[in-house]
Amino acid sequence: MTQATLPPSTPSDDTPPRVLLGPQRTIITAPAELDRFGDTGRVAVITAGWQEREAEDDDLAEALGGRTLNLRLHARCEVVFAQDRELFAAHRKRQDRLRQMQELYNVRLDHALGAALALSQRSEPPEVLAPELDAAVDAIRTIDDGHLARIQEVHADFQHRVKPDERPALTRQREELCRLVQQCTAVAVAGGHVSTLLNRMRLLDMTACLRGRPIVAWSAGAMVMTERVILFHDRPPEGPGNSELLDAGLGLVPGVVALPHATLRLRTDDLRRMSLKSRRHSPAACVILDGGDGVTWHQGRLTARPQTRVIRRDGHMVHVDSWLRGDVPWDAQGGTTA
Amino acid sequence: MILSIHQFERRPLLDSSSVDAFLANRTFPIIEGLHATFVFRGEAERVNLRHWVYGLPAEQPFKRILGTDLWFLVIDLPKRSRVEYKLEVVRGGNGQWQLDPLNPRIAHDPFGANSVCQGDGYEPPEWTEPDPDARQGQLVDAMLPNTPWGQSRPLTLYLPARYRETRRYPLLVVHDGGDYLRYARLKTVLDNLIHRLEVQPVIVALTHPKDRLVEYPNDPRHAAFIVEHVLPFVESRFPLYKVPAARCLMGASFGGVAALSTAWRNPGVFGRLLLQSGSFAFTDIGEQKRGPAFNQVVRFMNEFRENPGRPSDKVYVSCGTYESLIYENRSMVPFLQSTGMEVRYDEARDGHNWENWRDRLQVGLSWLFPGPLWMVYE
Repeated sequence: MTQATLPPSTPSDDTPPRVLLGPQRTIITAPAELDRFGDTGRVAVITAGWQEREAEDDDLAEALGGRTLNLRLHARCEVVFAQDRELFAAHRKRQDRLRQMQELYNVRLDHALGAALALSQRSEPPEVLAPELDAAVDAIRTIDDGHLARIQEVHADFQHRVKPDERPALTRQREELCRLVQQCTAVAVAGGHVSTLLNRMRLLDMTACLRGRPIVAWSAGAMVMTERVILFHDRPPEGPGNSELLDAGLGLVPGVVALPHATLRLRTDDLRRMSLKSRRHSPAACVILDGGDGVTWHQGRLTARPQTRVIRRDGHMVHVDSWLRGDVPWDAQGGTTA
Repeated sequence: MILSIHQFERRPLLDSSSVDAFLANRTFPIIEGLHATFVFRGEAERVNLRHWVYGLPAEQPFKRILGTDLWFLVIDLPKRSRVEYKLEVVRGGNGQWQLDPLNPRIAHDPFGANSVCQGDGYEPPEWTEPDPDARQGQLVDAMLPNTPWGQSRPLTLYLPARYRETRRYPLLVVHDGGDYLRYARLKTVLDNLIHRLEVQPVIVALTHPKDRLVEYPNDPRHAAFIVEHVLPFVESRFPLYKVPAARCLMGASFGGVAALSTAWRNPGVFGRLLLQSGSFAFTDIGEQKRGPAFNQVVRFMNEFRENPGRPSDKVYVSCGTYESLIYENRSMVPFLQSTGMEVRYDEARDGHNWENWRDRLQVGLSWLFPGPLWMVYE
């Protein structure tokens, strides 16, 4: 594993390692990553992204040596909703609001991304074109930032009005979860429906529970660990969509945009789109998390599994290790003005 | 490239056994690049290709190969074309329309069946075939009493696999529901597209008209049936979102007119429309020439074009390029866009038929109700 330091804004700390992996369907690396932590105790498993099927975890339990404890976040939330209908109604209302906001955000995003992509195809001299393209990327970033700020206002309003921390049905589950996590030496977070996974983890306040434990998370689980959850798919049947910001993640791994199944879902040969993605999320690194890929965040450092790549500012993908080695300075890779 | 049939014609000896040999181990029509060769074997006075490709002569005569009972016709067929047809075999002065006996590919519709010619590059989409891995939704029959026609009307409900009352679903109202199920494999398509995460799990209300030519072209009773009977019925019994963005009206041909006119009469109710080969006939001046069945359609369309309002928010329109309605559907696109609605339009080299409408469902439904594919990262 190659080591390098992320930008100085990232605090160095003594938190346990957090590993983000690609999909585990064909290349299974999660057990080896958990073994690297050294302690072979029980592993708390979160499969809430599988929704109603979260308990169907036999294969996962077997892959992790049968030492798993499924925290059943999805089912727990259903219990909470059944016991506290007021909370359920408020939660559903918030989700409706967020869904509407997402649709409106997408209208703005569509135009802004369209402008940036159109500019990126122009052939004017770089000294004329570059500032315009920079401004177009800035506009996208402003839309993303504004959207995230409004989402956080909605969450804050929910917190203020509904006071989930004071609701017995919920606090009972939170306390029990923290006890269970304390009995485990590590946590594994599987993929699935990223929005459901994020919602359930947030409602059950899992960030606080998880802080002191090593974490291995893959696919949607990896996305949720980061600071911003970015949805993307260039090949859905209805045509390429616009990569969109869903919400803030749990923020347990800073400076990374997790892109699971990227080779399958992204048109990686379309350098204009790839470049735009890199510049839009800069200074965060857009990390490709295909099968076998992975990065580890530990003590303020990011290390990568061999072959794991990031999207460079010019749209090409390069190995994280060469990127982190500083072959090209961080500012030039991620861009600080875009 | 010399076509197989022309190579055969040039043989010095043509007899029954050479015809047998030619027909053996071939699929018909013979597709060679952009050429389709239709073949018929048998005694007849004439053989004609009868098809529904607007722009080609409706009757295309076959040529008989001298000394044989083998007839053929070569037509140009653009890539990815799909053409439904019959053969007209004339014997004793009487023409009889029949399926192509050499072609096992058949499409069914309410009027019977047609043979299907699949041009180079056309493949039936794999999601139209039953997928053993896809969990199946459920069809439930219901009866709506006291409809605006004074009678009860049947309604079929599709509930997606893993349906749960604790969830909420969008609603798709489908005109000619029985035909969509029978001829466009709607249930299989929904099961598959939902399984593939391409379309949201959706509750579907499939309506069954009594006299669609009367009920569909802007009949106020039909609009009232949908909005005052179907909608309250399903919204009171199933967990639906109950917002315009989660309600879609869908229909093909006259059913497209019914969907559009119902939304037009009830703005703000249906945020999504899926209109396939809509019979959107209109006149700019003079009389319409499509026959009496279209009088009411044209009256509605002319009124709609004069005063469109904003019947919906997001509209998917599709039409076959071999349909006579292609002009009307193409001209609808900028018109619908001018009302402020978001419009997506798709064309395919196909005709006015159910398999064309089936093949467009993936893009149409996934655009209107995109599935969790966007959200799922396993």
